[in-house]
Amino acid sequence: MKLAVASGKGGTGKSMVAANLAFTLASTRQVTLVDCDVEEPNLHLFFPAPATTTEVTMPVPVVDESACDHCGKCGEFCQYGAITVLRDRILFLPELCHSCGGCTLVCPNSAIREEPKRIGTLTTSAPMSGMKLVSGKLDEGNPHAVPIIRAAKILAEGDPLVICDSAPGTSCPVVEMLDGCDACILVTESTPFGLHDLELAVDVAARLDIPAGVIINRSDGKDQETLRFCAGQDLDVLMTIPFSREIAAIQSRGDLLCRARPEWQEDFCSLYLKCRSLAGVER
Amino acid sequence: MKICITAQGATPDTKVEERFGRAPYFILMDRETGSYEAIANPFADGAGGVGPKAAQLILDRKAEALVSGLLGGNAKAVLDSAGVTQYTYRAGGSVRDAFDAFRNNTLERAE
Repeated sequence: MKLAVASGKGGTGKSMVAANLAFTLASTRQVTLVDCDVEEPNLHLFFPAPATTTEVTMPVPVVDESACDHCGKCGEFCQYGAITVLRDRILFLPELCHSCGGCTLVCPNSAIREEPKRIGTLTTSAPMSGMKLVSGKLDEGNPHAVPIIRAAKILAEGDPLVICDSAPGTSCPVVEMLDGCDACILVTESTPFGLHDLELAVDVAARLDIPAGVIINRSDGKDQETLRFCAGQDLDVLMTIPFSREIAAIQSRGDLLCRARPEWQEDFCSLYLKCRSLAGVER
Repeated sequence: MKICITAQGATPDTKVEERFGRAPYFILMDRETGSYEAIANPFADGAGGVGPKAAQLILDRKAEALVSGLLGGNAKAVLDSAGVTQYTYRAGGSVRDAFDAFRNNTLERAE
């Protein structure tokens, strides 16, 4: 089963939920935790361990100027404006390239080949028995988060239980993370901002046909609006985590709620069972 | 010498459009004779990469200078490489006003 943890709004507690869920389940089964928030991965802070890092690349075109007659076909084909054909040479803007490979196909002179260009890294570790952690990290200045997320998920492919922690928002990186997941946990908070962005995230999950449930984090007990929205959308509230100075303190020192307060493990086990039923996996 | 001025409409009487890649029209004017040709910008509503694509378009039409309001970094990189000088016009006037200002050498080069 592949579970996604997303939110819409940033800072609602996605990583906290993903880390505690993985920590709890790792004592009884094999869990792969994938940090798909590749612009600011932070799950490794909860799980310090020796790790191995590999590069993620994407193919970009390289033009053999001696074979190029500047016919302009590649530039015409490129939908992203990455290739401009000047009178005497080709100008390539790598940050606009989406690695579609079309320019190599349309070149009548076979003057374009592809070379790998580094865009980020994948870091893998085994921080505790039963857990594999994969963190994708996008290089500074690089705009292509999606290929890193795809590569991180490939490293988890075939693992029995995968938990993907998402970037906030509802754009391409979140869609890529959700793609292929069996169920999605949406973490929100009972503020107008949390609810607004939850509505957007619910819409994305629905469009991708991924069953979703909601966790209300930092609840001050005044969750009526969120509860009303969830009831209206037929969304289960899988868990409510109270607004608590103690939980905040545990989090902010990089500890895990379920390690510091093991009684919470029961709640996260029950969250897992609810996710299984969301995903339609038989017990 | 041909200069390209970004425009909101298809004639020199329309206002200068301050955006380059998403300008509705490019008006190509002959510096010496004042004759013009209007090109509807096919990339005005494009999803991305419109700056360099618009730059390619005016390069293909042999423009040697550009007059516009704002120019993105990618479009600027392309035009710089091709040796097309870019000038800024933000006075809110018509294409013809900008053309006159260009001919009188009162426009500043885009940074």
